[in-house]
Formats: sequence, C-alpha cells, structure tokens
Amino acid sequence: MIALLLRDLRLATRAGGGFGLGLGFFLILCALIPFGTGPDTDVLASIAPGILWVGALLACLLSLDRIFALDFEDGSLDLIATSPIPLECAVIAKAAAHWLTSGLPLIVAAPLFGVLLQMPAAANGWLVLSLLIGTPALSLLGAFGAALTVGLRRGGLLLSLLVLPLYVPTLIFGAEATRRGAAGMDASTPLVFLAAITLLTVALIPFAAAAAIRINLR
Amino acid sequence: MSLLSVHDLAVARGGMRAVEGVSFTLDAGQALILRGPNGIGKTTLLRCLAGLQPPVAGRIQMAPDSAAYAAHADGLKSTLTVAENLAFWARIFDRADIAPALAAMNLQGLRDRAAATLSAGQKRRLGLARLLVTGRAVWLLDEPTISLDAASAALFADVVRSHLAQGGVTVIATHIDLSLPQAQVIDLTEYRANPGAPSARPAGFNEAFA
Repeated sequence: MIALLLRDLRLATRAGGGFGLGLGFFLILCALIPFGTGPDTDVLASIAPGILWVGALLACLLSLDRIFALDFEDGSLDLIATSPIPLECAVIAKAAAHWLTSGLPLIVAAPLFGVLLQMPAAANGWLVLSLLIGTPALSLLGAFGAALTVGLRRGGLLLSLLVLPLYVPTLIFGAEATRRGAAGMDASTPLVFLAAITLLTVALIPFAAAAAIRINLR
Repeated sequence: MSLLSVHDLAVARGGMRAVEGVSFTLDAGQALILRGPNGIGKTTLLRCLAGLQPPVAGRIQMAPDSAAYAAHADGLKSTLTVAENLAFWARIFDRADIAPALAAMNLQGLRDRAAATLSAGQKRRLGLARLLVTGRAVWLLDEPTISLDAASAALFADVVRSHLAQGGVTVIATHIDLSLPQAQVIDLTEYRANPGAPSARPAGFNEAFA
C-alpha cells in the first residue's frame, strides 16, 4: 500500500504527471477574479473565502480522472486487483496520493493567493484549517467518481457531473467556516460538520469505490 | 495435491456465454495450454481464473492469492525506469530482490532506461519479469510471447520450465509452440457455448440485477 502511494507520488512528479496542474489552475482563477469583479476591496474581501474554496474544489476536480484511468489503460489496475493488496487499500492509497499531489499544494498556496483577493489576514488560519479538514473528502469522493467511470472513454464530463453534487456539502461548510473566521465569529459548527463529512467519506468510500472498480473490471 | 482445479466452468463475455463445460486439474509442475480461434474466450477464461470476473457456472479451486496474471497490457509506467517498474511490483508482492528477475529475462543492460524508451519486445520481457517477482505458484498467461523474438521466446520458455520445475503451474493461452514437456492442451473450440441451448435465464441476468 505504501509502495502504491510512493509510486503514484513519483509518477506525479515525473514529466507529464500533472503535479502542478491544479495549482496552476488555482492561480489563474485567483488572478482573474479581481479583473472580473473590479478592484473594489470590500467586494473582493467579502467573496474571497467562497472564491478560494470554489477554486480549490475545481482544481481538485481537474486531476480526478487520472486517479484510476491511467492504471486502467496500461493494465496496472488488473494487476493491482489480483495483487495481495485489498482493492479497498489501493483506493485509500490512490486517494491519498491524489490529496498529496493536488490537495496539499492548494492548502499551502491558498493564503498566498488570498492576498490577490484581498482576503483579511485574520481569515488565513481558518482558510487553511477548513481546507485541511475538507479537502481529503474531495479526493476520496473524487476517487469514488473515478472508480465509477474507470472503464469509460472520455469519462471526465460524467465524472464531474457525478462528483459535483457530492462536493456541495463540503463546499458549503468549508466556505462558511472561512467566512465566519474572517468575520471574527465562532466557526466551530461548520468545521465540525466539515470534519463529519470527511470522516464519513473515509469510512465508506474505500468500500464503495472498490466495489465499483470490481464491477468495471469484469 | 492439485494447485488449480476447475470443474465444469462456464464463462461469459458481454453477457454472452463464451465457453462452457471446461474441466481440468493441474498438479504441481504441470502446464496447460489453451488453444482456439480468436474470440473463443481464452482471455475471458484466464480473467475468470485470475478472479477478475465471476464464472457463470462451475467451480474454481485454488488457494487464495496464488495466481499471477499477465495480460496483453504489461502494466508498465512509461516514466519509470525498468528497475523502478519491477521494484514497485516486487514491493506490492512483498519481495525485495529484483535482480534474479532482471537476469532471467535478460534485462540487466536496460535497468536504468525509462520504460517509454523500450521497444515492444523489451516491454513485453519486462512485463513477464514481473511474474518472477510475484512469487506466486499459478501463472495465468495471456499470449505471453506476443512481440517477442525467437530468442526471447525461448528465454521465456526456459523461465516457464524452471517455474514448473519448482512446483508451480501455468495456464497459457498461446498460438505458438513453447515446447513445454507434458503440457496438457485444451482446444476451447470443443467447449464453445451453444447459443441456441435453452437456458433458465440469460447469462447477463445476474450482472444486470446484481
């Protein structure tokens, strides 16, 4: 399982691995929003938490279809399915690798990109905390969507349609926690809900995704 | 003690029964060669034996986690080197040493080359070297000699023979003669499923309502 995680991390950092893809998209989005809305500081500051969360979510979405599709195409997925590693563990390893290569860089970069959106400095800690709690759920739900669409050619659009509704709760609570933190209010309630969603996906998704892969490999 | 024993197996592809009534038993050191025209169901049968798809009918008796499957696709990552590709599969199967596998398939000179730069035959050799790092007894090989030259095919036949000598078994779907001693041969043409045969319910029933 560790071997699978390490291989995926190594693949992501090699040429064509798509390591910086999500980060680049996130930067472009954060840089363009002020041009679109105008440089009004108050407007930007009030929408910044929501924009940053939507941006992080879309950036995550970009690299989802790579989670299983590449391994399916070159036959690795068949071999992993017949290996001693349970498919459930393989799903966890794959989702973890996705989080480390697309979720974690976003979390590190988010406070920096927040400057572009005039986000109040007080909100930075809340933004990072909510992303830390919430993004693992994005990677896991994405792995489930990728598992469902693994056998399909050009399954990317279907994957987005399947996964986006599942992302909505995480987005709502994540953005709300950041907004409350920025306004100096108590943010513990949305954070607790955010954590609950993530824990629920950690508990359920590996089994659901593994079942989906088994059916798709038939 | 039989390592792999199959009773009255029927497999389906795309909801249609491909072959049915297949039975064989392989004891340690025995090989089985599957023959038959394209599309008869050799690959489907092997995937079924590997546990990638459920049989429609019949029984497969095999110790859990004892099969190593080699399909048409080699499962190689083009940006990793030969040694990295093999070391990954070795770690997955809890093996540390990849040197014997590299030596057996004559890959030592290529160990630091990226898999993307290998020729089709070299990739195939690397894919087959993976079998050696699995440490599993039952090899399920789907057209293993495709894109191998005569020398490499002979090399691979040696590898299979030494695997059999160590008490392994292998099921090979192939069209060429690997000169394996005492290999059983099954021609799947005789087991082609009769599409006109009455059936209580179509083969795809379970799949659709599972």
